[in-house]
Amino acid sequence: MYTQALNARETETSAPEDAERLAAFQARIDAEEKIEPNDWMPAAYRKTLVRQISQHAHSEIVGMLPEGNWISRAPTLKRKAALLAKVQDEGGHGLYLYSAAETLGVSREELTEQLLSGRAKYSSIFNYPTLTWADIGAIGWLVDGAAIMNQIPLCRCSFGPYARAMIRVCKEESFHQRQGYELLLEMCRSSEEQKAMVQDALDRWWWPSLMMFGPSDTHSTHSAQSMAWKIKRFTNDELRQKFVDATVPQAHFLGLTIPDEKLAFDAESGHWTFGEIDWDEFSRVIAGDGPCNRERLTARQKAHEAGAWVREAALAHAEKRAARRAAAQVAAE
Amino acid sequence: MTEKTTPLWEVFIRSRTGMAHRHCGSVHAADAEMALQAARDVYTRRGEGLSIWVVPSAEIIASDPSEKGMLFEPTASKIYRHPTFYEIPEDVGNM
Repeated sequence: MYTQALNARETETSAPEDAERLAAFQARIDAEEKIEPNDWMPAAYRKTLVRQISQHAHSEIVGMLPEGNWISRAPTLKRKAALLAKVQDEGGHGLYLYSAAETLGVSREELTEQLLSGRAKYSSIFNYPTLTWADIGAIGWLVDGAAIMNQIPLCRCSFGPYARAMIRVCKEESFHQRQGYELLLEMCRSSEEQKAMVQDALDRWWWPSLMMFGPSDTHSTHSAQSMAWKIKRFTNDELRQKFVDATVPQAHFLGLTIPDEKLAFDAESGHWTFGEIDWDEFSRVIAGDGPCNRERLTARQKAHEAGAWVREAALAHAEKRAARRAAAQVAAE
Repeated sequence: MTEKTTPLWEVFIRSRTGMAHRHCGSVHAADAEMALQAARDVYTRRGEGLSIWVVPSAEIIASDPSEKGMLFEPTASKIYRHPTFYEIPEDVGNM
C-alpha cells in the first residue's frame, strides 16, 4: 500500500532483545492494548513503525503532486473547490503521520531529508502521470479507494499514535473517493468522447492500483511479523481481493471494461478472480524507475529549497522577539 | 542540510462549548503565533474547533509509564468510592 516497499526488504538482524520483556510486550499486543510512545518496545517494532509511518506520510505529501497539477485546469468551480480541498487534506494527512512517526524518536528534519535524498520510499502509484481530467476521477475512485481499504484496519493498529492518526484520516478520506467516482459518473453519462476518456484512465490506473497493495503474500517476508505485532491486520493479497471485489461492480456500473482478460466471477467463492500483476513493472517503479519518479522528487526538492528562506526568517524572527522580551524583562526588574 | 530544527507544539482543540480542550496532535512552528495558525490549518479544516491551545512539547511533564502500577493501581481496591458499593432498597429511589 502506501508502505508497499516495506515488504520488499528483508528484516535486518538486530541485537537480541530480553526474552522476558519481549514476551510481556507480545502479551500486551495480544490483549489488544495500545502501545504508546514512552512504553518499552522491541527495537525492530520501533524501526518497522518509523519506516511504515514515514513512508505513509511521504506518500501523502508526494500524492499532492499528480493532482495539484490539475487544480488550475478543473472544468468547473465545484470540481476545483473539491480538488483543492482534497489536496489540502493530503497535506494535512502527511502532517498527522509525520507527527505520529516523530513520537518514536525521529525528527521531522530527518524524515524530510530521507524523502528528498531518495532514500525513503513512497507509494509507487504516485509515479504515474495524470494525463487527462478523467485521471483525477480515477485517482479518487481507485487510489483513494485502495487507500481506504488499507487504512480502515490500520485504525486498529497496535501503536496508539498511528491508530489515532488513521481514524482522523479515514473520517476525512471518504469524500476523496466519492468525489472521484461522482466525477467519473458524470463524464460517463455526458458523451461517448468523455466516456472513452474515462475508459482510457481506467486502462492506465487499474494495474498500478492493484500494485498499491504490495507484493503477493508468498513474497512478502515482513507480513508475518507485522501481523503478529498487529501493525497489519490483513495480508496484501486479502486486501487486494477485497479491493477487486468492491471495484469491479463499480466499474460495470459506469459501463466500463476492466483491462484484464482473465477477470472472472467465481460463483463458488463469491470473489472476482484476476490476472497476474506485472511484478517487473512494480519492482522498477519502487526502485525509482517509473514514469515520473524523477519529476516527483525534483518537485519536492525544489519546494523544500525554495521554502528554506521562509523557515529561516520565521526562526530568526522568533529568536529576535524572544531576545527583546528577555531584554525588556531585565530592564523592568 | 544544516537547518535548525523548528520547535514542536502540542495542539489541543475545544470542539463544542462546554467541552474541555482535547489533545489532537502536534505541529512544528517557529513561534506561538505561527503554531496557532498551523494548528488551525492542520486540525480544523471541517469546523472541528471553537478554540485552540498550543503548548511547547518540551514543556509537557508526563508520568513515567513504568510507574503506571504505583500511580494507578491503588485506586482499583477502593471500590467504596463508587455509588454501586452502597446498598439502598429500590423503593427509596435515586436522588
